[in-house]
Amino acid sequence: MPNSSQNISFYRRFSSNLALGLITFAALIVTVPLFLILGTVIYRGASGLNWAFFTQIPKPVGEIGGGMANAIGGSVMMLGMASLIGVPLGIGAGVYLAEYGRNKWGNMVRFTADVLNGVPSIVIGLTAYALVVVVQKHFSMLAGSVALGIMMVPTISRTTEEVLLLVPQSIREAALGLGIPRWRTILSVVLRTASAGIVTSIMLAFARIAGETAPLIFTAFGNQYWNTNINQPTAALPLQIFAYSVMPYDQAHQQAWTGALVLISMIMFTVIVFRFIASRGTIKGAS
Amino acid sequence: MQTVPERRPPANANIAEEPATTEATPTGSDKLQVVPKSRVGARENVLPDRIFKGVVVLCGVTIFSIVGLIVFELLRESRPSMVKFGFQFLVKQVWDPVAEDFGALPFIYGTIVSSLVGLCIAVPLSVGTALFLTELCPRWLRGTLSLLVELLSAIPSVIYGLWGIFVLSPFLRVYVEPFLGKYFGWTGLFTGPKYGWGMLAAGVILAIMILPIIASITREVITAVPRVQREAALALGATKWEMLRMAVLRNARPGIFGAIILGLGRALGETMAVTMVIGNRAEIVKSLFAPGHTLASVIANEFSEAVGTVYLSALVEMALALFVVTLIVNALAGLLVWSITRGMPARALA
Repeated sequence: MPNSSQNISFYRRFSSNLALGLITFAALIVTVPLFLILGTVIYRGASGLNWAFFTQIPKPVGEIGGGMANAIGGSVMMLGMASLIGVPLGIGAGVYLAEYGRNKWGNMVRFTADVLNGVPSIVIGLTAYALVVVVQKHFSMLAGSVALGIMMVPTISRTTEEVLLLVPQSIREAALGLGIPRWRTILSVVLRTASAGIVTSIMLAFARIAGETAPLIFTAFGNQYWNTNINQPTAALPLQIFAYSVMPYDQAHQQAWTGALVLISMIMFTVIVFRFIASRGTIKGAS
Repeated sequence: MQTVPERRPPANANIAEEPATTEATPTGSDKLQVVPKSRVGARENVLPDRIFKGVVVLCGVTIFSIVGLIVFELLRESRPSMVKFGFQFLVKQVWDPVAEDFGALPFIYGTIVSSLVGLCIAVPLSVGTALFLTELCPRWLRGTLSLLVELLSAIPSVIYGLWGIFVLSPFLRVYVEPFLGKYFGWTGLFTGPKYGWGMLAAGVILAIMILPIIASITREVITAVPRVQREAALALGATKWEMLRMAVLRNARPGIFGAIILGLGRALGETMAVTMVIGNRAEIVKSLFAPGHTLASVIANEFSEAVGTVYLSALVEMALALFVVTLIVNALAGLLVWSITRGMPARALA
């Protein structure tokens, strides 16, 4: 028998290095899909990028050309309306949780917000269908906006709560000590101090819903033409990408890739701006 | 007007900074009685505060009522199907819109199997990534790498689907499926015609989509393991891997389990990407090469074309099943993660 302790130590060293190597390898592998997806979207999308894409509506199936102006416009309108619903509700609920919600009621709302956060988007779409489409008796921009707005609420409220809790208690006490009423303190002092954090929470929620397709299928439904009436079916960029990608035409596929490039640029831009603000916002300066 | 001073103390009692305002009250009534303005001001202090609190409480209640509405609408809309099929709905394999006979079993099967395939691929990769980011990664790389992983979660589902159709499926068909069929065909999981799309493709797409969430929560949980544990293990002569395995992973195990379950919750409800690559066929086939269907994908595919009350309500009942399952899964995951990180300050998961 050779020296067995040395063998064990070799085995231990070997297995340690092997495991560390595998861990590093895993981290490398994880970044591969990102580059593959972004690369494909940029490569295949860029060739279809032209002025017509942003200014024209889709051509009939099989014809070359046309664009997604109505889908981009529809998405912008719906995201705007969704924000009108989701942002005030989310911030309000966040203020409630941070300033008045340190009790069992607050915990219940907190738990419900987390539940809502985990509800699959298609189920939320179905609810918006039952609430708006069934009542109106047809698909509409309003229904799509309601579905997207609901999806914004839990993200914004929980993040707002967290940034409000980062605002030092002494700032609140200083304002109250000056005789400023509590509501004024919250609005003008607490919310203002945390404003950068709240903006980032809105962007986070925005990036999350901007690419949502599932809740729009049976709410906004899609449209081949321009629509600015909130009671009518509306095109949306993700919906249009979905519709084109399952068509058996190369021209449609090209449009889908270009749409994907536009959509992903919008979202990545938001996310990177969000990180930029979050890393040097007033959240850090406040504490 | 006379009732105002009497009403004030109880109104103030509701608000947290009671001492400050009650102190102000006597001085207001004793000294400044002559100045009517201060009395108006004092009254203003109470009413707007109550209104403001009312508004934000209403916002909190709205979250509550949204979830209540979801449950209510799902229950109401799925009633016809519940009445007609009862519990049988969950275990039947039929899917016949013409005869209005529906069973959810193939969809439940597809949802579970595609999610499990996704988890099998995603768990080792994301736990490895989290370990690398917290324990091995050089400082200069850490920010970039975690940004890259985060960006993965910012890609919309529909773009994953698009990529799945045109890039991943052909790749699986040409390279991966022949290989798996040749060497692992004996398991019965990798047999039959190779389309590229199907259960396996859905699993791979799901794996990529849930990687970031599992990785970021695992990372948080690992960071919460006390430093002393690592130092103790190293001081006892453990190699770095032994230290990670015995001190870090063992302590973080419930939290990592929670992260995995949270990823499972995401995978179960994921709709668009899965719909686009899974093949949409309501069959139960053992082979992962075969096309399948999930609860979410059948709703996305058929809901806007469904005619007839029973057909629609059968789809809604599946949404209800999905809702209940994700609710349980997420609650369980939340509990597990919380059990590890409860000592830590609250932080955004982003």
